[in-house]
Amino acid sequence: MSIAISETAPSFSLPGVDGNSHSLEDYGDASALVLVQSCNHCPYVQAWEGRLIAIQQDYAERGVHIVAISSNDVSSHPEDSFEQMQARAREQGFNFDYLYDESQSIARALGSERTPEVFVFDGDRKLVYHGAIDDSRNETAVTAHYLRDALDAVLAGEAPAVADTLPVGCTVKWRS
Amino acid sequence: MKIELLYWDGCPSHPEALELLQTVLAERGIEATVELREVRTDSEAEALRFPGSPTIRVEGRDVDAFGAEGRPALTCRIYYLADGRVSPIPSREQLEEALR
Repeated sequence: MSIAISETAPSFSLPGVDGNSHSLEDYGDASALVLVQSCNHCPYVQAWEGRLIAIQQDYAERGVHIVAISSNDVSSHPEDSFEQMQARAREQGFNFDYLYDESQSIARALGSERTPEVFVFDGDRKLVYHGAIDDSRNETAVTAHYLRDALDAVLAGEAPAVADTLPVGCTVKWRS
Repeated sequence: MKIELLYWDGCPSHPEALELLQTVLAERGIEATVELREVRTDSEAEALRFPGSPTIRVEGRDVDAFGAEGRPALTCRIYYLADGRVSPIPSREQLEEALR
């Protein structure tokens, strides 16, 4: 079960595909922080990847930071190894940080179940939205832009009208 | 005509794939029973040469020959659409081609 709305973002310090370590405190100046439970291998993640890049691009000037985190067990899904994460970020031109949660501690702290699954934290790092990026993996069929709407609300100092949706995607691959 | 839909319950895509398959079958007037088969373990995935969920075989032939060569695993399968986009289920065109 994921963390509840208004709970505080869990602390973390994780290696990023850029070769640097990234902690929650490193994003201290962000007006909103979007943690995305993600991975390489999942077709749902891949279907939404371009939209995440576009959202980061559209909201960067307003201080929004997207941070994707992969926690998957690489023994069952070697496509999600750190080296493969670096390759994917390079190939797809990620404009957001992509971190490796090898111990799966952040996935557990967030209560993540799916990839992709988003957690939007406001300036005080309180959770204000959890769930799906939008309402369809097929970009041409999207009618509700949950993540964009949540970010617009946060930036306006308001609570998102929709705070919780059901993420659709692959399961997080837990270690056995 | 023998049609099998193999799936792993950890991936949410098989109901959508089944719905599309049944739609295409109905549109083409093909009367066939789709045999659903759940793949539960890694050893089953190996034995069935299951490269991910969903996998659809018509008369034993995978609707996506390229993807059929993937490593057997309990995972969500990736399909590539004609326009280059990624999908968790086969395209309508792939199903229609397989049913010709």
